Amino acid sequence: MPGLEDLYREIILDHYRNPRNQGELEAPPAHRIEGFNPLCGDEVVVTFTTDGTSITDVKIAGHGCSISQASASMMSAAVLGKSTTEIRKITQTFKAMMSIHEGEMAEESNEKTSLPQPDLSLGDLEALRGVVKFPVRIKCATLPWNALLSGLDEVSQ
Amino acid sequence: MTIPSNIKEQFPLLSRTVHGKPIVYLDSAASSQKPDAVLSAMDTYYKQVNANVHRGAYAIAAEATEQMETARSDIARFINADSANEIIFTKNATEAFNLVARSWGVRNLGEDDAILITDMEHHANIVPWQILAEDRGFEIRWIPLGEDGTLDLTDLDELLKGVKLCSVTAMSNVLGTLNPIRKISDAAHAAGALMLMDGSQYVPHLPTDVADLDVDFMCFTGHKMCGPTGIGVLWARAEILDAMPPFLGGGEMILDVKKSGFVANEIPHKFEAGTPPIAEIIGLGAAVRFLDSLGMKNIREHEISLTEYAFMKLKECHGDDIQIHGPSTIDSRGGVLSIAYKDVHPHDISQVLDQHGICVRAGHHCAKPLMRELGVGATARASLYLYNTESDIDILAEALGEAGELFAF
Repeated sequence: MPGLEDLYREIILDHYRNPRNQGELEAPPAHRIEGFNPLCGDEVVVTFTTDGTSITDVKIAGHGCSISQASASMMSAAVLGKSTTEIRKITQTFKAMMSIHEGEMAEESNEKTSLPQPDLSLGDLEALRGVVKFPVRIKCATLPWNALLSGLDEVSQ
Repeated sequence: MTIPSNIKEQFPLLSRTVHGKPIVYLDSAASSQKPDAVLSAMDTYYKQVNANVHRGAYAIAAEATEQMETARSDIARFINADSANEIIFTKNATEAFNLVARSWGVRNLGEDDAILITDMEHHANIVPWQILAEDRGFEIRWIPLGEDGTLDLTDLDELLKGVKLCSVTAMSNVLGTLNPIRKISDAAHAAGALMLMDGSQYVPHLPTDVADLDVDFMCFTGHKMCGPTGIGVLWARAEILDAMPPFLGGGEMILDVKKSGFVANEIPHKFEAGTPPIAEIIGLGAAVRFLDSLGMKNIREHEISLTEYAFMKLKECHGDDIQIHGPSTIDSRGGVLSIAYKDVHPHDISQVLDQHGICVRAGHHCAKPLMRELGVGATARASLYLYNTESDIDILAEALGEAGELFAF
């Protein structure tokens, strides 16, 4: 039986209590994406700027539970300064970790497209692995990532 | 008479454990647990009686029809309806609202019309009207939230001008507020409007008398009142139902069908197309007999005393760290306790409580316009019913402290 310590790891609580990259960038020029979890009313606002290849700045606003807030904070730290290609790899790997089903799908596509990198290290994000044991909370953890992904899609269009 | 202290023994689920702890079920506003009386009525129906209703001439078909119609009569008596024919079985309260919108609403609401609802409605009493309004172009007005989680009725007469239907919850599923239905109904009638009452949170917890409340329609659901899921009720006065066109078409709801058209059946069958959820109807009949045997007044008294205890206990343990949304006067509220605790997010509260076997709901409770008025995204809601005890509250109060420690800044 998974216990609370599987979910609320210290590093998660740290990001929740001291969120990184808080706030909103002025949009435009920044890109602004809102994400909602209709189940619980959680809301995340991701704003970021790019120089064409990399994310040069990113800020997180909104309100939500410890898991969605910590995930957003960790995400902002993980993607800042990275190229959009790298960010997509991280996102895919993270989302694969968040879902057994998606994980299998990713492994299948991995053989064909060599994405995502199975050995890609997620660093601090690994702390969120325990969320999978609490299925109802998976959407909390993926909320900011889905917002960022749709933002990247907008940019590439 | 009071509720027997060993009433939990009649609810098999309440003897299970969760994460190794005895279950503390505090989510009856979402769905209540089911007593043996209901479970065995449904089980016996399937094992001994199962046959389609209103059709076969053989013995068990007649028995099934008789059991179903007995349930209809018992439910009619339970809410003091004039006739069992005024009880229309639906899938749930949501379908009952959609029935009124799609049948009465399509016939009666046009571009120059308005309906009046309130800031504290459940989505089931909002979205069916919004869907219909997209087609029919009528206006939806809102009675605003006032002080202490009550409705602000200051401008009620003004709001009712030109309104054809006023549709209000008798008890908020978020705040627990008991709204003055009779007062609103009187004003609505004076303005020439019909009155619909959402009884989903009221009928399970208080004696309900539609004649005394003087409403024209009432929607409620079975699974919040010890009955099964999949069964709800629309009650309306017979002359209103008679004048309404059918909702769903199919078997059972017709007297005759020709290539040139159909003749609708009498009420209630006019609104009950297809084979009904027979076992669920029989289960709901058993549920109202069970509630009657305890006495709705006794249930209400039990919940008043438990709500009082919960306010006292939670304040005693947590002081200003805890805020309970909605009316602070126990007489004007039901046992729905939407809690804000320190800055801990409701999801995190319910996650910690779950580890103690405590079931509470976290989220917007299908009332997003109300959550916006309250300025919160979500609340953690503990809701009480006839089987809850002071010990359940004690366990809740203690476990909340742990949530506070875990997420303390």
